Amino acid sequence: MILSFETWEITLFSISVGLASALLILPFGIALAWLFARKKWPLKSVVETIVLLPLVMPPVSTGLILLKIFGRRSPLGQWLYDRGIEIVFNWKGVLIAMSVMSFPLLVRSVRTSFVEVNPRLEQIAATLGASPLKIFFVVTVPLAYKGIVAGALLAFSRALGEFGATILLAGNIPGKTQTLSLAIYNYVQLGKDSEAYTMLGITVGLAFLFVWCSEWLLRTRNKT
Amino acid sequence: MSKHMRRSLSVAAVFIVLAWAQVNAWADEILVSAAASLTDVLKEISTGYQAKAKHNVKFNFGPSSGLARQIEEGAPADIFFSADLSQMDALDKKSLLEPGTRKNLLSNQLVIIVPADSKIVIASPKDLLKTDVKNIALAEPASVPVGVYSSKYLTDEGLWDQVKPKIVPVQDVRATLASVESGNVEAGFVYKTDAAISKKVKIVYEVPVDKGPKITYPIAVVKESKNKNAARDFMNYVRSPAAKDAFKKYGFVVID
Repeated sequence: MILSFETWEITLFSISVGLASALLILPFGIALAWLFARKKWPLKSVVETIVLLPLVMPPVSTGLILLKIFGRRSPLGQWLYDRGIEIVFNWKGVLIAMSVMSFPLLVRSVRTSFVEVNPRLEQIAATLGASPLKIFFVVTVPLAYKGIVAGALLAFSRALGEFGATILLAGNIPGKTQTLSLAIYNYVQLGKDSEAYTMLGITVGLAFLFVWCSEWLLRTRNKT
Repeated sequence: MSKHMRRSLSVAAVFIVLAWAQVNAWADEILVSAAASLTDVLKEISTGYQAKAKHNVKFNFGPSSGLARQIEEGAPADIFFSADLSQMDALDKKSLLEPGTRKNLLSNQLVIIVPADSKIVIASPKDLLKTDVKNIALAEPASVPVGVYSSKYLTDEGLWDQVKPKIVPVQDVRATLASVESGNVEAGFVYKTDAAISKKVKIVYEVPVDKGPKITYPIAVVKESKNKNAARDFMNYVRSPAAKDAFKKYGFVVID
């Protein structure tokens, strides 16, 4: 399969930043999912709703909020810029957009897999003297790991497909912030249909692969 | 299907038919696809027009290249008002324009703008090479008229290769204006008429008309238009003295 250098570059860029975003949100997603699954705390439903918002809001709305938060005129944006960290029109913007947009999917999947772990098994471990941390790593996670990996794969696929938030926060800059989805948009605008179709094939192929793996993991998990 | 459900469906069907009939009764409405830089001036001109005319004018503003692609794909525009000749030529070549209606109406001037509170000094295009200038907003240089004009100008000045890595391509000239206003880019290329409507940017360099690209805004009726009479009527109004005064007020150069 002979793809142009440009196509490889865009694909590699999308996959690496997508991977980075999945790894970035993994610890936070797992922690939050566990808190949702196992604990009751004040304002829990508010936090649950806020975490879910990027999943249902128009991605451009989320992108606009991120732009306002990280833009050069905002306190945070200015603070980062003074330290040499640029978010807007930069790969870091792509990373943040992907992370925010895929976070709800990760949390939901991992939460479900934690909920499916029989709490009695955790209680038994506690009666045998295990600390909460040990219970988490020795009992909960090994039983839920397929769901965690499935959630991470789903989040990664979502990150790869991100468009609305990415184009607002990071811009559609070839060679700098252009992902597969942004490239498709660009090619269509420029009337370069055949390049667009190539990218389309890649995105469909990747999405199919990762979602299929994710579903397979969920299908083959053990229920306790 | 229960009796109740059948009744609800009939009521819904009647509403849908009535709505469809109503929409068709408004059929004498024209759609004008126009370059983004014409947004404010055309809205003002059409307010004057609709006060006297019988039909509505709806606008579809955007990059002329995108608008031309839409018309090629069958978008129901009645008039196309482009910011450069090449987009109009593209439609002409495909026989999508109503013969005899194409006219060159306006010209404009390219300027370099910076955020109003910018401290960076840009006295000439060469200053765009300064390291302080990290991001330069420009409407897609391969297709959008203002991007094509600007990149051609920078190429003629021998600066394009060095400026290109700093370019942040955006959708159209108004998106360029918005990014400069936001402060997330250090500079941008817009038309003088766009800079004039914003208080959040300042012009630092006006590309001399004799050194810069020749900017021409042509207008034409689209061949597939279903309201050609209404379209011609509005086009005549756009070429009337009253409309020309409005164009001049906004800073456009009238060449018709």
